[in-house]
Amino acid sequence: MYDVAIIGCGVIGSSIAYRLSGFDLKTVVLEKENDVAMGATRANSAIVHAGYDPAEGTLMAKLNVRSVDLTKELCEKLSVPYAQIGSLVLAFSDEESAHVQRLYDRGVANGVPGLKILSYSEAKAIEPNIADNVTSALYAPTAAVINPWEYALALAETAVVNGVELRLESPVDAIVKTDAGYAVTAGGETIEAKYVINAAGTEAGLIHDMVLPHTFDILPNKGEYYLLDKSEGTRAKHVVFQCPSKVGKGVLVSPTVHGNLIVGPNAVDCAAGDTSTSADDLAFVRKMAAKSIPSVDFRQNIRNFAGVRPNSTIDDFIIEAHDGFFDVAGIKSPGLASAAGIAEYVENLMRENGVALEKKADAVDTREQIRFKEMSHEERAELVKKDPTFGRVICRCETITEGEIVDAIRRPIVPRTVDAIKRRCCAGMGRCQGGFCGPRVVEILARELGCSRQDIDKDKTGSYIVRERED
Amino acid sequence: MYDLAVIGGGPAGLAAAYSAYEKGLRNIVILERDKELGGILNQCIHNGFGLHRFKEELSGPEYAHRYIEMVQDTSVEVKLDTMVIEITPDKKIFINSPKGYECIEAKSIVLSMGCRERTRGAISIPGTRPSGVFTAGAAQRYLNMEGLMAGKRVVILGSGDIGLIMARRMTLEGAKVLACVEVMPYSGGLTRNIVQCLNDFDIPLYLSHTVTDIRGDKRLEGLTVMKVDENRRPIPGTEMEFECDTLLLSVGLIPENELTRGAGIEMDPRTNGAYVFENMETSIEGVFACGNVVHVHDLVDFVSDESARAGAAAADYVQNGAVKGDVIRLQNGADVGYTVPQKIHRDTAAEKIDIFFRVRSVFGKSQVIVSSGDTEIQVFKRPYMAPGEMQHIVIAADKLKGFDTITVTAKEA
Repeated sequence: MYDVAIIGCGVIGSSIAYRLSGFDLKTVVLEKENDVAMGATRANSAIVHAGYDPAEGTLMAKLNVRSVDLTKELCEKLSVPYAQIGSLVLAFSDEESAHVQRLYDRGVANGVPGLKILSYSEAKAIEPNIADNVTSALYAPTAAVINPWEYALALAETAVVNGVELRLESPVDAIVKTDAGYAVTAGGETIEAKYVINAAGTEAGLIHDMVLPHTFDILPNKGEYYLLDKSEGTRAKHVVFQCPSKVGKGVLVSPTVHGNLIVGPNAVDCAAGDTSTSADDLAFVRKMAAKSIPSVDFRQNIRNFAGVRPNSTIDDFIIEAHDGFFDVAGIKSPGLASAAGIAEYVENLMRENGVALEKKADAVDTREQIRFKEMSHEERAELVKKDPTFGRVICRCETITEGEIVDAIRRPIVPRTVDAIKRRCCAGMGRCQGGFCGPRVVEILARELGCSRQDIDKDKTGSYIVRERED
Repeated sequence: MYDLAVIGGGPAGLAAAYSAYEKGLRNIVILERDKELGGILNQCIHNGFGLHRFKEELSGPEYAHRYIEMVQDTSVEVKLDTMVIEITPDKKIFINSPKGYECIEAKSIVLSMGCRERTRGAISIPGTRPSGVFTAGAAQRYLNMEGLMAGKRVVILGSGDIGLIMARRMTLEGAKVLACVEVMPYSGGLTRNIVQCLNDFDIPLYLSHTVTDIRGDKRLEGLTVMKVDENRRPIPGTEMEFECDTLLLSVGLIPENELTRGAGIEMDPRTNGAYVFENMETSIEGVFACGNVVHVHDLVDFVSDESARAGAAAADYVQNGAVKGDVIRLQNGADVGYTVPQKIHRDTAAEKIDIFFRVRSVFGKSQVIVSSGDTEIQVFKRPYMAPGEMQHIVIAADKLKGFDTITVTAKEA
């Protein structure tokens, strides 16, 4: 009998698992994919929004603003890449300048610190590549960029260190109310838990409907992106947004925490799990980005991708308790930015609903990560002397050593795929996109996991890479 | 302190090191990140190498072996499993290997890091992102080095030489190669490879076509190919569907110049390589570059020649100091994409100067004109020129003496 079963191990499930792992609870996380952070968490703009966008009085506004500091603190503790670079919302007309003013007022009402409205020349001074027809801009110094999947991984990994059980490839098929709580059938096994937390992202509507009357729909909505080479990484210095308009919420241009440039997203309704890109949509993204920063060089593109937002029919996050079943659903933008606050909110909601939360004495709340590339010459020399596997560079583009890959494999949440390695230590994330290091990563994975190279998948289960040669 | 550090032990690095040794340098080191010398040649097990350089037809590993043996008989030191992390403008080299992370110094440096393949992202192919999409070189490595097949039903995008070679190789290994698809109206590879790798195996080549959609949630399941117009835009109504588990990309190569940029060496946006003089010197005195890190070659034989010049020039630099004096700049005329070298030492260049370039479109009977302003310096006749085949002219240094800039132009005869 578990105390808590969390369904879904994206950034929301991970944040809640991390938070609850500090208490004396027996917790299990049920994730349908073969790794954590496989949904919206791994494909988004990777931004900790400042919090001026959500309407005053909403949970989104409250939790986003609350999470700005919490996220920063967590990233420090868990060694997650984070950079507070600030954001700009550009206006291109008097009408849009009025909208920027409204965003400013809303931000002030939401409690966002440090907001400023800049003239064109003030904006140009801090963001030199913006278009000439910018009329004004909202500057939010507390906005940050982050590595979202490493954030979720770090949270989940630390939760596992604290005794939380993570079951991968365990899609939930049924949930039945019992006298003691709930019986949850996932991946062919049924477990019992006193409390169930629904953090299932785009599937949260289906999970809700297994237990409760239908009250909301999840409306999956796709955003497509360009990720440009580091040679374009300084094209923008801040997260550069546009005002939302009739043709969409606006495309952003931003440096990533890794030093690349991210451009996107558009917004189109789609089926859950549809992360395909289309030529027309990508052309739209290019056109919109050029409006903010005309000089973006799309020839430096290294990857296109799409992520699916779990939008819903409710115009706010859906975080509610019903007899031991907790919905944490419809966590659309600013979901990543609000994750830390959502976990805190859920903890309080659990207390209010009579869940006993006793601090666990030996819980850890920090994590270390070795990053060879970021070390000084002296530190590198020391590290290689101690462990020669750090002397072999596997991913040339990102300078990732064999030692870092082996370290990732020996962590509490074992990566089994090439993309899982990429999410943990950035091997294959660079300009050659795994062309060189892919075969070597496959070899290291097979060696460390004691399987054959044919058993190694690229991403989802079944995405095999190579097959035996036939005689 | 080494006389010369050569970064990369592929065909370029080997030829440069050997040439510098022949010219009298003794304290030379080759820094190679792989566990053996030879570079990409080791996975190129097909023949066709060495026709110019050795007057016989060798496989890639055989060609590499010739040079490895030549270098082994010298005092050249080889550090394998050693990756250069950083080069500073004052020629300090930070290297990492299981033996240690350290800084070495050299009087001269030859950059010979080669190139990498362009990827799906570089050409933004829309669709899903399943496994089964490989660069041709990665599939070649799996097959020829590791004995593993990338897939069984294959479409190849791009008609660059590696893609063509892999069309034949995969067919011989029992895969069905359904098509080779090329966005341009002409092939990007050598004519001999079109004949020997596609035509001989009845593999259709679709010119002016491209892949417009990729399907499959886990492994690649299929893709759409469409004809493109003269602006390379897909033409609605021309869709062809292929059921396949593998897409190989042979869509161009990019010189691998992260170290070059890091050292602050001036780069040519046309080649994506360093600006070089006729002796392969870069914008930093005593730092030379050669092979595919400068510009992408079709034939390794020419890489060897170019690299021998770089190695000899490095030896000359160490023995006699930097080359000074006036500079002639080369410019691209009509229909010429780039030239290598981009600069010539006017007073000290060798008697004959090799100029390499690529044309921008296909030419029948044509002329290559070297001129300066209104003065025509020399005209070279060519029966045929195509972007897929690197062009080479040799001009006497004497003829260039009076000029500051010269222009290389291609035109139909």
